[in-house]
Order: sequence, then structure tokens, then C-alpha cells
Amino acid sequence: MVIKTIEDLNAIKVAAQATIQERRNSQKQIIIGMGTCGIAAGAKAVWDAAEAAVKKLGVKDVVIWDTGCIGMCQKEPLLDVALPGQPRVTYGPVSPADVERIVAEHVVGGRVVSDLVVAKL
Amino acid sequence: MAEAIKIDSVPNYSDLPFYSKQRRMVLHNCGTIDPDSLEEYIANGGYEGLANAITKMTPAEVAAEVKKSGLRGRGGGGFPTGLKWEIAAKSVSDKKYIICNADEGDPGAFMDRSLLEGDPHAILEGMAIGAYAIGADEGYIYCRAEYPLAIARLKKAIAQAEEAGLLGKNIFGTNFSCTLHIKEGAGAFVCGEETALMASIEGRRGMPRPRPPFPAVKGLWDQPSNINNVETFANVSYILRVGADEYLKFGTEKSKGTKVFALTGKINNTGLAEVPMGITMREIIFDIGGGILDNRKFKAVQIGGPSGGCMPESLLDTSIDYDSLIAAGAMMGSGGLVVMDESTCMVDVAKFFLTFTQSESCGKCTPCREGTKRMLEILEKITDGKGEDGDIERLENLAQAIKNGALCALGQTAPNPVLSTLRYFRDEYEAHIKEKRCPAGACTNLLQYNITDACKGCGLCARNCPAKAISGELKSVHKIDQSKCIKCGVCMSKCPFKAIIRK
Repeated sequence: MVIKTIEDLNAIKVAAQATIQERRNSQKQIIIGMGTCGIAAGAKAVWDAAEAAVKKLGVKDVVIWDTGCIGMCQKEPLLDVALPGQPRVTYGPVSPADVERIVAEHVVGGRVVSDLVVAKL
Repeated sequence: MAEAIKIDSVPNYSDLPFYSKQRRMVLHNCGTIDPDSLEEYIANGGYEGLANAITKMTPAEVAAEVKKSGLRGRGGGGFPTGLKWEIAAKSVSDKKYIICNADEGDPGAFMDRSLLEGDPHAILEGMAIGAYAIGADEGYIYCRAEYPLAIARLKKAIAQAEEAGLLGKNIFGTNFSCTLHIKEGAGAFVCGEETALMASIEGRRGMPRPRPPFPAVKGLWDQPSNINNVETFANVSYILRVGADEYLKFGTEKSKGTKVFALTGKINNTGLAEVPMGITMREIIFDIGGGILDNRKFKAVQIGGPSGGCMPESLLDTSIDYDSLIAAGAMMGSGGLVVMDESTCMVDVAKFFLTFTQSESCGKCTPCREGTKRMLEILEKITDGKGEDGDIERLENLAQAIKNGALCALGQTAPNPVLSTLRYFRDEYEAHIKEKRCPAGACTNLLQYNITDACKGCGLCARNCPAKAISGELKSVHKIDQSKCIKCGVCMSKCPFKAIIRK
């Protein structure tokens, strides 16, 4: 894609918003804070644990993606879960050992894990 | 296993004390989008600011819009950005450069890193807008190699923007072209100074030179250049997207918009907070930051890094804006806040920052090279219990000489941590010098451990003392040989009878 005009930019904006909305509507999302702060707190191991848990539990229609620092260094590593039609819920601090429980309870079961939850976005 | 709760009963981010007083304009995308995705940036209005600027406005109108927004440099000094651009625009030359200072080096500061890692396109967009306003077609991001993730994200973002035609030749079908490069710095603190930074880009040793000529006249490769910091450029993207009038709604009369602060030190909620200018330090530390760790007593907050100062409790209600902070003997700096509690010694804090500036001094000018060294020696003497009458006055004299005589801002501001602690915590300096006592109990050379009559003579302390400094007969009161004691405190922690005291 090459953007030549404001109209081109707007078209990409509309398409990108639609893609994001489609992901929200149809996919279970696991989002991990992977700024330097998150990585220093152990986010890479949390990412690996999330991939392993998804595989082990055979979760379908799930996407794992990373984001930057949302500011709560105190609670890193942060892992968010967003189910279709529901707000994005942040958990932290999450250890690799917690991840399977979050995936089983929230991603699969749709129940918020109360002892690790921070807030919803 | 914990009880399941309904999603409705989970608090919203905006209800959390950490977020409720924040205004996340610049950090809006950080932590919410995929930073490696240009589409997600565009979905949130990305590159609309650049489109507005280059297709609807003249370069002079862009600079005027930024001037109208009241944006001041977020890197430290607070010079009005729009005015800086106007000056650079007036320089006549075929070649000009736009430069982003991403050489974040203050101890405890990580605002720019989080922005670069969380929303890299916002910086590229701001730079392209700045390039258009001053008449540049090429730019550099000077980022320390210690930020490998930020550099990786920037590289990817530049490649994406070039592929999409948002950087490169004839952007948005106009005559405006802009190419951006990354220059990885080796992490010298002085390279955050603009003339040293440009020397480093040119491949020379990073040392400052006298100004004038200012970079706007003679900068990188002797061409007119304009330098702004990471957060400033992110603000620019926002301003050109929403308009100066919208931006003006936040802030004080002379400090508009928001400021990002990194909260560190003895505080409950460490992290990154973006607050409207004019908020008080008390709100940042106690509402957003959640107060002091372990319910200890607040003592001071260090703001502005090695160039800034310490603010005591009496100044907690000061409005956070450029001018109020200068009046309080501190400065906005880039936004690092280090919170200190009653266990922190203020002389030791001053020594910490002087040690930093002293080791980072490039050595080019005498006041900074020699002056900071002499100041550090005096501070070491004081914290070692060898301070004498006149040391405070000597520190003040040296501080003034360095402030007046140093070549660049690193040197000129290096005495600030000493001056501000002297201003608000002079009694602590005096206690060290006159009474050989550290009121906070932090300077080990001024501490003394003693065994009281509560000692039962069990010998546990003597057996655990790594310096073999404790002696005594079993079942009789033991004694510490002060000449051998290394003040490690092991005896005190081992004593079952609380018979060992520290003072």
C-alpha cells in the first residue's frame, strides 16, 4: 500500500479499524506487555507459558499479541484477556505458573480470575 | 482457588487511583496497540497530523500552530517548540536537519524508552512535521544502544512508513520529502547535550562546543538543524492531529498540555504517569503513586535528574509547571521522579548525583571537570565524618563557579542537586559536619554499633561478626572494637535480646 492522499490514509484507517473490530468480535485475545519493563519482569516466560497453555488446552480462535508499556510497572508482567464482546481485562503480576489457570478459567471458561485481576480497559 | 467474580465488578482502569488523575494523550497508544503495526497506529488517527500539516498548511502555519499550542521542550529546558522551529525555519540553506534526542540518560528515567517502544510511529510523525516546518528533508534519531528494543521498533517503523509512502519522497503527493535515520549512541550522558549529540552523529567524540552559533544556524555538518526530544515530537503529532485549541485545554497559563513522569524510588506504585501540567507533586506521589512504601514518612522527591533538585515536604503542593519548579530550585528535566523516605540521607543523595555527573563529565571545560571533582571530594569527606567548618561555604562557592563557568548544560546544572539539598536540608549537612552524625542513619562511616547492658553474654554476635570485632566472656556483657567494626549490622540482626543499638 502506498499512501498518496488524505483519502488513501482515511481508507486505510477505516480498513484497519474494521480489522481490529473483526478481531475483537471473533477472536479470543491474549495481550502481553512486552516493553523493556515487562521483559525485565519476565514477560517472555509469560508469553511462552501462554503459547504452551493454549496448545495444551486446545483453545481455538485465539490470538496472542504483544503491546508496549501501559505504565503500571509495579504490576508487571501484565497479561490481558479480551473475549469477543467483552472488555479487555488486565492481570498482574502474572508468573508463568499463573498463565494456565488464566487461560483455563478466563479464556476458555469466561470467568475472571479474581486473585490476579487488576482492572478492565 | 479464588472465587470467580463477574466482569462487571472488575474496576475500570479509569477508576484506579493510578489512572484516575492521569490524562493519557501522548501515551494513548502505549500499552493498547501493537507497536509493530502501522495499521493500528493509523486506526487511532496516526499520520493525520502529518497529513493536515503538509497538505493543508504552509510550513510557517505549522510552526505557528505549535507556537499557539504553547508546547515547550519536554527534554528539560522548556524552550517553546514553535519558536525554536521559527528560528530554524529562518536560516537559509539548501540542506537542513531535524534531530530527535532519544539519549535518555537520567538515573530513574524511562519515559522516552516507553514511548519509543510503545508508539514508535508517533515520534516519526512528529519528526516529519518538524522537518516540514523548518524546511528539512532529512533527520536523525539519536538513541542510545542500551535501548535495543526501542531501536528495533524504530527501525521497523521507519521501514513501514517508507513502504507506505509516509516517509521518503513526495509524501502525500506533495513536494515534501523526508528521510529518517537512526544513530545509535554509546550511552555517554553528555551526548544528550545538543552540540555533543551532533558531534557524535558526525562520528566525532561527543563533546559540547560553545554556542553561538546555535544549531538553528550551524548544526549537524554545519547545516541549520533543529533538535527536539522524543516526548516533544510525540506531542507535536498529537497537536497537529487535534489542533492547538484542543491541546490548550490542559495545563497552566505558561505550561500547556501534559507531562510524562517516571515514578521510582520509595513509592508504592512505580510506573509511568502522564499528568496535566499544573497538578501538584502531592497528587502525583500520594494519589497516583499510592504514597510511600511501608507507610514510611515522605522526605523529598528528586526531580529533573542530575540537573534537577530535591523538593521537600513543604513544597509538595507546588504546581508542576516549568516556572514553579525553577522557582523551587528544581527543574522539569525530562521527567524522572525519585521519591525518598526518611531513611534516605540527603547528603548521600547529593553525593550520588555528583558521582554520576563527575564520571559523565566529558572533561573539555575546567569548571565541570575539576569543579565537580572537588565538590565530590568535599561531599565524600562530609559523609565519611571528616567534614569541617567552611565545607558548606566551599561547596556553595564551587557550585556558583561551575554554574557560571561551565561550557554546557551538563556542567552548569551539575551543582543543582547539592544546592537544592543545601537549601532545604542544610541541617543534615550540619549534623554530619558538626556532630559527625547522619540523621537518616544511612552514612555507614558515621554509624556506631554498641552493646548495652541488656546483653546476656550468649556470644551469638561475636560468632557471627565477619570482622571479629566483638569480644567478651560468656555470660558477661560483650564489647565492640570500633576500630575493627565494618558496620554491617549483622550483630544487631542476630542478637536475640535486642541488646545492640545503632546510632
